[in-house]
Amino acid sequence: MMNLLEISHMKKSFDGVPVIENISLSVREGEVLSVIGPSGSGKSTLLRCATLLETMDSGELRIGGRCAAREEGGRSVYAPAQELRLIRRELGLVFQSFHLFPHYSVKKNIVEPQRIAGRSREEAERKADELMESLGLSDHAAKYPCQLSGGQQQRVSIARALALDPKILFFDEPTSALDPELTAEVLRVIRALAGKRMTMVIVTHEMEFARELSDRIVFMENGYIQEEGTPEELFSTENARVRSFIGRLRA
Amino acid sequence: MSTETIFIQLMGGMGVTVAIFILTLVFSMPLGMVVALLRMTRSRLLSLLVQVYISVMRGTPLMLQLIVIYFAPFYLFHIKISSSYRFVAVILAFALNYAAYFAEIYRSGFRSIPAGQYEAAHVLGYSRAQTFFHIILPQVVKRVLPPVTNEVITLVKDTSLAFAIATAEMFTIAKQISAKEASLMPLMAAGVFYYIFNVLVAWVCARIEKHYDYYKI
Repeated sequence: MMNLLEISHMKKSFDGVPVIENISLSVREGEVLSVIGPSGSGKSTLLRCATLLETMDSGELRIGGRCAAREEGGRSVYAPAQELRLIRRELGLVFQSFHLFPHYSVKKNIVEPQRIAGRSREEAERKADELMESLGLSDHAAKYPCQLSGGQQQRVSIARALALDPKILFFDEPTSALDPELTAEVLRVIRALAGKRMTMVIVTHEMEFARELSDRIVFMENGYIQEEGTPEELFSTENARVRSFIGRLRA
Repeated sequence: MSTETIFIQLMGGMGVTVAIFILTLVFSMPLGMVVALLRMTRSRLLSLLVQVYISVMRGTPLMLQLIVIYFAPFYLFHIKISSSYRFVAVILAFALNYAAYFAEIYRSGFRSIPAGQYEAAHVLGYSRAQTFFHIILPQVVKRVLPPVTNEVITLVKDTSLAFAIATAEMFTIAKQISAKEASLMPLMAAGVFYYIFNVLVAWVCARIEKHYDYYKI
């Protein structure tokens, strides 16, 4: 199986304050990787660098087998804009606070990015209809984001990302903006995607969910990966810090 | 002077007032967008120049700007001021002045769009231009409508400042007739006209706002 995400020796600081210190990570095709850790541990920055929303200071990055950044003289050198635009097509990102386009209906939110990617209207609409059907959004096709619950909005944003057929899908705390009742419906969708062997990287605080769904879990703190392994390994670790973190969240 | 003559003269002034109003909007609204975008560029120098321009336009009286623009060709370059330049000067001064105000309104509109909108578009493969025209601008238009309405209503009344360089607009003519006839009536008529004009403007703006009511940001 090919690695859809390869990060080696990623480093990133903001105004001289290091946020990510030497992180290497890879995700195989069909794998579900969860990233857990306390606030400020650098997991969001890791995700933003991996999805090209942020540029890392040094290290290398490969997405979908393509080289997005290589290291030269201790600095990351990014591929030309043209190439990065192609690489961006390999990945999808679901934000914590959805970021749907408020002036577009649900269907248009899913159709328009496909049109930008060059698909025909018929093809884009067919794809949108399929996705809305499978995510239980068909009744909401003509509504606007402001008319939907948070859970529905998050499902639309998942559909919007999936419509572009990404090889790897990233989630940035997809349920943190939702109340517990709405969390379940979003987790259900992600679970169904895992069932279809969608390659996913999920930054989350939902411990039980991460345990149930992930092939591998990474625990981050202070810009480092402190522990990495299968859910079984991580949940039975001897590492006191990881134990206390997991324990506190599960309690 | 008969009531009829007064009315006909006022009507002529009304036409000039409407012309100033429309031409100012036609030039200042797009110009304001250019100014707002320049103000937000990464080029420090350009941004600074534009900030100075906005600051001067907002910090000095429009009446003074009118007079300076009208007389500048003569005092600076000794060019004889033709009578047709009078109206050009009015439009120039109004457009430059209102562009500064519109620019600041637009800028606040751009600033109010969450960074997440840019990021979502970026991740979904939108180019910078596509993000601007498809995602950001439509939302900015909706956001700036209420302050733009305010500004447009102010403009209706500000057109009367053109009297400072003796432009034959509504207010100038009303004032002349009022002085000649020793009557307040022409000025009252002008007041009624400005009021009705503004009621219309407010109604049109409200309709446009309503048109964008189908979504919330």
